[in-house]
Amino acid sequence: MRLLKILPETPKFDFIGRRVIALAFTAVIILGSFATLATRGLNFGIDFAGGILIEVKTPGPADLGAMRATLSGLGLGEVALQTFGAPSDVLIRVQRQPGDEKAQLSALQAVKQALGQTVEYRRTELVGPKVGDELVRDGVMAVLFSIVAIAAYVWFRFEWQFGVGALVATFHDVIATFGLFSITGMEFNLTVVAAILTIAGYSINDTVVEYDRVRENLRKYKVMPLFDLLNQSVNETLSRTILTGGTTLLALMSLYFLGGEVLSGFSLAMIFGVLIGTYSSVYVAMPVLYYFDLRRDGGGTERDEPAEERTAG
Amino acid sequence: MHPTRFRLIGILIVCLIGVMLALPNVLPKDMAGRLPEWLTPVNLGLDLQGGSHLLLEVEVKEVLREQLTSLVEGARAGLRKERVGYANLGVEGDAMTVKILEPERLSDARRLLQEMDREVVIEAKEGGVLVARYGEQAMRARTTAAVDQSIEIVRRRIDELGTREPTIVRQGESRILVQIPGVDDPERVKSLIGKTAKLTFHLVDATAAPGRVPPGSEVLPATERGGNLPESYVVRKKVELGGDALVDAGVSFQQNVPVVSFRFDTAGGRKFGDLTTENVGRQLAIVLDRKVISAPVIRTPIIGGSGIIEGNFTVQTAQDLALLLRAGALPAPLTVLEERTVGPDLGADSIRAGAVASALGLVFVILFMLVAYGVFGVIANLALILNLILLVACLSAIGATLTLPGIAGIVLTMGMAVDANVLIFERMREEYRNGRTVLNAMQAGFDRAIITIFDSNLTTLVAAALLFAFGTGPVRGFAVTLTIGLTTSMFTAVMVTRAMLAIWVRRVRPKVLPI
Repeated sequence: MRLLKILPETPKFDFIGRRVIALAFTAVIILGSFATLATRGLNFGIDFAGGILIEVKTPGPADLGAMRATLSGLGLGEVALQTFGAPSDVLIRVQRQPGDEKAQLSALQAVKQALGQTVEYRRTELVGPKVGDELVRDGVMAVLFSIVAIAAYVWFRFEWQFGVGALVATFHDVIATFGLFSITGMEFNLTVVAAILTIAGYSINDTVVEYDRVRENLRKYKVMPLFDLLNQSVNETLSRTILTGGTTLLALMSLYFLGGEVLSGFSLAMIFGVLIGTYSSVYVAMPVLYYFDLRRDGGGTERDEPAEERTAG
Repeated sequence: MHPTRFRLIGILIVCLIGVMLALPNVLPKDMAGRLPEWLTPVNLGLDLQGGSHLLLEVEVKEVLREQLTSLVEGARAGLRKERVGYANLGVEGDAMTVKILEPERLSDARRLLQEMDREVVIEAKEGGVLVARYGEQAMRARTTAAVDQSIEIVRRRIDELGTREPTIVRQGESRILVQIPGVDDPERVKSLIGKTAKLTFHLVDATAAPGRVPPGSEVLPATERGGNLPESYVVRKKVELGGDALVDAGVSFQQNVPVVSFRFDTAGGRKFGDLTTENVGRQLAIVLDRKVISAPVIRTPIIGGSGIIEGNFTVQTAQDLALLLRAGALPAPLTVLEERTVGPDLGADSIRAGAVASALGLVFVILFMLVAYGVFGVIANLALILNLILLVACLSAIGATLTLPGIAGIVLTMGMAVDANVLIFERMREEYRNGRTVLNAMQAGFDRAIITIFDSNLTTLVAAALLFAFGTGPVRGFAVTLTIGLTTSMFTAVMVTRAMLAIWVRRVRPKVLPI
């Protein structure tokens, strides 16, 4: 009856058996991310670095050479120009000026004066050093707090091993996304932080669904070896994992291709995040449970039963 | 499985309210305008409708500095009047210090200072030195007052520009957030907000020899340079008259040249009359923010309390100065910490891109669910559409602001909202495979899946709540739509889907589970 048969009715893939290969892959991702973050760093947008961003539309196709010559004559340090979308759309980035907020303001005025009134100013953003520093602080706090809060919630609802697994898996996804932005040199700005937090949310959602099944199976099959039990749990939730990941990816793809320049960084990060989050739920979160030897520690014993019934009602 | 009549009616009522609240967003403008006040479409953020977002900081240090300066001037006058000998009167750090020469008059001096300002805390140091500073509480009260007053002045200046519905709110201790929709010229707004606009009248010190400034006078630069105008003026420090005595200002023309005309209040007018009567033939400097606009020679006494300021203005600069004088001076300078301006065209483009992306995303998800689940997919899709309606209704009802990242939140919610249905359907499938009857499998599927939905959605809500708490501006808009979207999806995917499935089961009486 089922219209879409991607999977056999009861898939029996050996996920946990491939944990060593998966862990090696995970190690490459994490170490690679740290390495690129240490050597290349992140391409901070003006939200964090401070500075000026102007999007202009020129009457005809933009003459980048002439514009660059005009603007670099102002003595404002590094001025980056780039067209995007149409050849008449130019994005101008001016680095953070030495000095206080007033220096940024006068730099903006100088740029506008140099470009004149023939161009259309579609977007102007100026972030002074004070606000930039605060945004960095808030962003770091938000990412750290959310990972810890998520892990604490999982610990509260499940057993401590689950909490550790969720923490490791979420941390993995966040580091990997940082790594992606570092290695591609894509601009890292406020919306990307929002994307990272959403990735953490999505990834934990995925992990919790699978953990929930592990918890249930632990009660159902009292003697099944943990290895088989974890494998079965992943297999049972597999079609849901693929369907939900699929719909989310479809929505994000349409956002990436049609949502415009401002959202492209966000949607790309999210697409990557959905993929890496799905991977980590299976290959990071599950092996953590396996290595912590969940069963011997008495995870999911009888005493959980009444609590579960309450929620179900 | 079948919902009670009570619950069914409840669901219907929620849906109807949702449709009603969401309606103003799709009606044409003239029809939406006739609806009652509480039925309003969702607010569009500045990134969608175009406009300027400015984060300003009141330089509260300046407030302290000014307070101390006036304390020093007051002390100078008071001590002289009481004939108390003093030395080294001045500002040191955050305090005023003065050395009293005669030890026996120390208590007199102390009493005098305290009477000048009850809020200063006076300390006696060795060698007859008195140190007066403001307590923390007094300082905070003054800062608050300065910020409040700044907000008021900024509001008056922006209102004078005739922009529609500006938002001007305090943020933190000393910051002001200004959001103005649809600004054509953000530079003009900034220059209007950023000027302290402190207008003072001083007499020009004609006795000063070049290069030597007598005590009681100072050198102030001229606003306009070049031509045969002097670069700077030596003026008396004493303020003869201040801008606070003005009641009105406007633009008029003299020989086709724009000038700013002004009128003093009664007391100010009398003072101005006296000043101009006593000083015919001398130069009167008109000083704005410590720069000399012009320094005309007083030819005849000006009685009647009004006058004009000449100063090489264009019509625009004359208008701006008149506006600033009408709105009043800021108690302290303002600094622009952050500016984000979006032109109206880009805003319209963003709305279009967001709408296309959402529509296409919706179509994709609907097709995907249809292919995956058939009849149940239709039900899940109805729930999804209802979810979108409720999401828009909530945004409109609570007066939330929809930003471009907010649209991203909606699109993402669509992708994730079907998760609850996927969980339920997959579970039903499993229970059915395990040999339960259709009805039993559906019931069990719901009961088991709800625990998972509850846990997984709550963890995502934790992340969304943190996003809201720490996010700024656009990120917050995203967190709002994501949070509301997750909440409404719990309702639609669980309650509404359940009711629809129950009705379907009763009508069709299926022998096999159609998924």
